[in-house]
Amino acid sequence: MLFVLFGVAGIYFLLDYTFLGAAQISVYAGGVTMIYVFAIQLVSKRTLQGLEERVKSSKMIGGGLAALAGLVVVGLILLKTGFFTLAPANVEVPMKEIGMALVGAGKYQYVLAFEFISLFLLACIIGGLVVARKEKKEE
Amino acid sequence: MVMEIYSYSFLILLLPALSFVILALAGMKMSHKTAGLIGTTSLGLVTVLSYLTAFAYFGADRMADGTYATVVPYNFTWLPLGNLHFDMGILLDPISVMMLIVISTVSLMVHIYSFGYMHGEKGFQRYYAFLSLFTMSMLGLVVATNIFQMYTFWELVGVSSYLLIGFYYPLKPAIAASKKAFIVTRFADMFFLIGILMFGYYTDSFSFSFAGNIVMGEGTTPFIASNAAKAVAAAGFILPTALVLMFIGGAGKSAMFPLHIWLPDAMEGPTPVSALIHAATMVVAGVFQIARMFPLWVEYAQPQMSIVVWVGVFTAFYAAAVACAQSDIKRVLAFSTISQIAFMMVALGVSLPGHHGVLDNHAQLGFMAGMFHLFTHAMFKACLFLGAGCIIHAVHSNEMAMMGGLRKYMPITNITFLISCFAIAGIPFFSGFSSKDEIITACFAYSPVVGWIMTGIAAMTAFYMFRLYYGIFWGTENVEAHEHHTPHEAPATMTIPLIVLCVITMGVGIYSTIAGFAGWGGSFGQFVNAEGTNYTIHFDTQIAATSTIIAILSICLATYIYKGESQPIADRLYKTFPKLHRAAYKRFYQDEIWQYVTHRIIFRCISKPVAWFDRHVVDGTFNFMAWGANEAGESLRPWQSGDVRQYAVWFLTGTVALTLILLAI
Amino acid sequence: MVPVECYFALSALLFFIGVYGFVTRRNLIAMLICVELVLNAVDINFAAINRLLYPNGMEGMFMTLFVIGVAAAESAVAIAIIINVYRNFHSDSVDSIKNMKW
Repeated sequence: MLFVLFGVAGIYFLLDYTFLGAAQISVYAGGVTMIYVFAIQLVSKRTLQGLEERVKSSKMIGGGLAALAGLVVVGLILLKTGFFTLAPANVEVPMKEIGMALVGAGKYQYVLAFEFISLFLLACIIGGLVVARKEKKEE
Repeated sequence: MVMEIYSYSFLILLLPALSFVILALAGMKMSHKTAGLIGTTSLGLVTVLSYLTAFAYFGADRMADGTYATVVPYNFTWLPLGNLHFDMGILLDPISVMMLIVISTVSLMVHIYSFGYMHGEKGFQRYYAFLSLFTMSMLGLVVATNIFQMYTFWELVGVSSYLLIGFYYPLKPAIAASKKAFIVTRFADMFFLIGILMFGYYTDSFSFSFAGNIVMGEGTTPFIASNAAKAVAAAGFILPTALVLMFIGGAGKSAMFPLHIWLPDAMEGPTPVSALIHAATMVVAGVFQIARMFPLWVEYAQPQMSIVVWVGVFTAFYAAAVACAQSDIKRVLAFSTISQIAFMMVALGVSLPGHHGVLDNHAQLGFMAGMFHLFTHAMFKACLFLGAGCIIHAVHSNEMAMMGGLRKYMPITNITFLISCFAIAGIPFFSGFSSKDEIITACFAYSPVVGWIMTGIAAMTAFYMFRLYYGIFWGTENVEAHEHHTPHEAPATMTIPLIVLCVITMGVGIYSTIAGFAGWGGSFGQFVNAEGTNYTIHFDTQIAATSTIIAILSICLATYIYKGESQPIADRLYKTFPKLHRAAYKRFYQDEIWQYVTHRIIFRCISKPVAWFDRHVVDGTFNFMAWGANEAGESLRPWQSGDVRQYAVWFLTGTVALTLILLAI
Repeated sequence: MVPVECYFALSALLFFIGVYGFVTRRNLIAMLICVELVLNAVDINFAAINRLLYPNGMEGMFMTLFVIGVAAAESAVAIAIIINVYRNFHSDSVDSIKNMKW
């Protein structure tokens, strides 16, 4: 998963979204991957070595077929819709603009979403704590 | 002025209804005495009111053409149905007022009598409640303003009869008898209902608007005139068929052959109930119905009257024959009732003006005679039944074998029973003479054949009644049975009604006999008559003498055969005709025939297939639908497997499908 | 420049690999990782579209930013649930949570 995340960050950099790429690396690749590592340590007995997957072949084929079908559909859509060439907007978005947009209260500005997501993160973390705490033993 | 007198007439119906409700709801909390007193008091009031009404009605002036006006103090629409509507109301005309007197008097006597007879019984309060219900229903029946109200109360009377016959419900025979009574009468009522519906549909009205000059009270719904002409115009056979169907309903209630089978079994109920319902009041409902519809019969269904006559004649003969061989005193009285009611039916049937042009029918003598016989029969038959109750109370058995020689122990019962037997035999100066004699006169006017047959049946009546009398009060005493329990005379509450009824019987008898011969006024015929006019009874001396002599001969025969300590002639007859005696004892196997018809034919061929159809096809359809729903549910169940991945697959598939659909569109 | 179709193809491929993995794997955490793949694919899509269609706007970028934030939160909660599941059922296989089966 880590490599995928790095790859995605790389793509962002390719698209000249430096801030986005940086955010991806720091939040995703750093934080989330850490969480997963801890989780894996806590949960599985036979950790990452030799995770045998005896998968039911019917499920595999079924799942594979479904995924394939989806892919085909999406591909068809892509092919149907022609794309014009990339516009020469290789301009990097300046940080100042990003900052202003994030906390600005204007028409296309994102202060509401910003506040909301901070609250949301708080709620999720508290929720996660509540769900995962050890149950008190009644004496 | 007139209307105010009748304005309390609704109390005649309301009081018994109220006492029924009170006793039914709160009866178990009262003592026996209180319940009995409530029932009897309300009935006493009803009796007083009925007598007052009768005085007011018959004391009022006659109309211009000599008839009494038909008064309708109350009539309201109960159920409007387009053109037709079902009313409820009170209609007073000579026969209904007469019936009011009969019903209330006999019911009051039975109420008083039951104090003694039912003393100590469990369910005493229930008994009085049902008695009130019955009285109310019967009163409602006779004052009905339209045929549908009569039918409603008819059914109510049937229900009360069912409840009262089955009063001793822990006993199986009582339950079977009550079911039989209800089912047989209900079966007959099916025909009654069809007749009513035909009648109402074709004549546009259910009301008895043909009952003479009608005076409506204030605020009553006016009668819709029954348009008989329209029915006749529709098709000639409609009105007669409707009337005959109604007669079949009445035949069921009045125990005409072959629907009589319930009445002997109805004797399983308490004896006062038998006296009230199955002797004096309910069983005459069929007779009353024909009397009520009489103007229509006379005008539109004269040929069909012969059905009435011959059914009555056959029933009378059959019942008399069976009564000669019964050993249970209540059964003898039951068959006697069937026979006497048949007399009444015949009387109504032969009452046609100028029939066959044979003889003039003395202004429809038969109608008057039938009604008069109804009145007198109610009195003396109730007296007979109540006397039988005293005897049963003393001897604790219904069978004649346990009785014999009781005249030593029960003098009052002896005398009253004897008087009533004379009355039923038709001896002059007893009430039965006038009425029965008039019936036989009317029969002779109709056709000599019928007249002689009825005379013969009257002779049989005298014979078996005196056989019964001697069997109970004379003959060999059953000493062993009497050693354990000496029979004693009944208490005062039971003998006083006997005495009262006897007094009425004697009074009416003496008066009408003398009046008939001397031509006095004030006799029955002046009040109740088919044409409503003033009719003074004259006895046809020839017929009167013939019937009296034949009756006395029968009594002598019975005395000769049955009075002594042993009965050699009876035993010899019994040995000579064993099969005949057995057949008569078993009522000529009528019950068996009915059982065969219903069980083998109807149940097997009609009921079973229908039941199979209902169970398998109708229920089967619904069972199948339920099974199908269940199967569908079961097959959908594995979709909820709890497996998240499977859910994801389906989710994906669904999304892909939606996309494709949207693309296509 | 990289032809723009590549981004979309890459995104689609990544998405369906994630879906396939989610459906096929039995281990709960592996399934979560596949969900992350899916989310990242979507992010790429947003960014590319933004660059393509809206040279002057930044909506896509902010969308992507918020998706990253939400994904992080959701992973946290999911991990908490999985830890609870492990405690109760002592297994990290998705077959153990079939309680909702009929």
